[in-house]
Amino acid sequence: MSWAWLGLMPFFIFALFFLLYPSSTIFIGSFSNSPKPGFTFKYILALFQSRYVLGAYWISIKISLLTALGGGLFGFLLAYAAIRGGLPTALRSGFMTFCGVASNFAGVPLAMAFISLLSPQGLLISLLSHLGFNPYYHGFTLYTFWGLSIVYMYFQFPLMVLIIAPAIDGLRREWVEASENLGANSFQYWRYVALPILLPSILGTMILLFGNSFGAFATAWGLTGGLINLITLVVGSQLSGDVLGSAGLGYAACLGMLVVMALAITGYTLLQRRTERWLK
Amino acid sequence: MILGALYFFLPLLATFIFSLKAKLGTLSLLAYQQTFADQAFVYNFTYSVIWALSTIVVGILILAPTAYVIRLKVPKARTAVEFITLLPFVIPAVVLVFGLVRTFSQPPLLIVNSPIVLVAGYAVLSMPYMYRSIDTGLRSIDVRTLTEAGQSLGAGGARIMFDVILPNIRVAILSGSFLTFAIVVGEMVLAQYLSKPAFGPYMAYQMQEQAYEPAAMAIISFSLTWIALGIIQLVGRGGAQAQIGGGH
Repeated sequence: MSWAWLGLMPFFIFALFFLLYPSSTIFIGSFSNSPKPGFTFKYILALFQSRYVLGAYWISIKISLLTALGGGLFGFLLAYAAIRGGLPTALRSGFMTFCGVASNFAGVPLAMAFISLLSPQGLLISLLSHLGFNPYYHGFTLYTFWGLSIVYMYFQFPLMVLIIAPAIDGLRREWVEASENLGANSFQYWRYVALPILLPSILGTMILLFGNSFGAFATAWGLTGGLINLITLVVGSQLSGDVLGSAGLGYAACLGMLVVMALAITGYTLLQRRTERWLK
Repeated sequence: MILGALYFFLPLLATFIFSLKAKLGTLSLLAYQQTFADQAFVYNFTYSVIWALSTIVVGILILAPTAYVIRLKVPKARTAVEFITLLPFVIPAVVLVFGLVRTFSQPPLLIVNSPIVLVAGYAVLSMPYMYRSIDTGLRSIDVRTLTEAGQSLGAGGARIMFDVILPNIRVAILSGSFLTFAIVVGEMVLAQYLSKPAFGPYMAYQMQEQAYEPAAMAIISFSLTWIALGIIQLVGRGGAQAQIGGGH
């Protein structure tokens, strides 16, 4: 028995040093009254009092909600079209593979891709200018909240498609037929059969998308270099240099992010349990 | 669907065309040539590959025995271990690196400047995927029988692990390895804040300096990811769910 637990030691030691210990550093740092002994809530309070930090949280939450809802909705439609829309199998698996690649094509290369397309020198903008209409003269710019949202969608859609696909697959043909037999039209099928079954999946995946977007750093960095005030970027700049003016506040900001993510994952897990009922 | 296809396809096309525009007036591969000739690029990219390979080795060395022991000997530990392997999903990369830097930049563990922290950080980030791959692989082979066969032939624990079990879950390990590779090479946050040479921060830097080389780099990076995930699909007989949200 004892040598078995020994086999688990490398894992636990690794997790301890590089996962749990850094996390506890953040946790302790948020509450520690250093250099004095004892603990304090002042940094947590400061989180809510700092307009800069609170604003950053809010912008991060906003963009995450937006891309989660938008990405979730459009991704669901895409997935449904791909799976139920009668696509030939080869095309469908090609599409799924592409989604796998696209959901990983995030960060700096993605920012570069959209800059190539939509920056003032971008291909689409040049094309439109040649046709007489330059969006930049009409107030459009890529380097804003909305521009960033468009870019985020690029990895949100495929993620939604990949995760929701098994749930859509699980919608059995018999259910459609059964509801037709009982005289239901398409709308009633959706309202009373399909959506109630799919809703936990859809909501759960949207939460996952939220978390995905909330923690994103490199994409925003590559696109705007820190112009847009996201909480991830704030934490990053706190690490390069104490922009918040207080080390404890930096820890507290990290802790806040962990709390948001933990809430998201918990919500997802709970909704997953509900989904599993139908996917047997 | 058409709209979706356009949305996905256009940025890639634009990047590709942009990357061909380095030579004035004509489409050429000049940007690619300059990229590969760029010493700094080769330096940073090579390091990214080194980090990726190191992370893969560390991941396998730590996670394969763990998954094996849980499956065979200590099933009770499963919940705890799986919970830990899912923690990286809750911790955004920037928060992880914040914790790592703060933890390891003070004595007694003043190792923040060593590559150990970077590789360990990458191992943490890729842990969910690597562990899941290995676990799936172990699920598909008869671990008990293989172990007993090995033991009856006189092999000790390590021998069984490396000569009996690992070769039988080759596919799963390859799958996890390619995923890890894609994650590490595309990663920017950890490398930047730990000040280590890597593709991610270098490309971010080049985006401010050059116009066309970053586009070439983006295409290179995208192709690598595609190749890595394509290999996983091929090798994994379509069983692997290659969905990642890493490195962004």
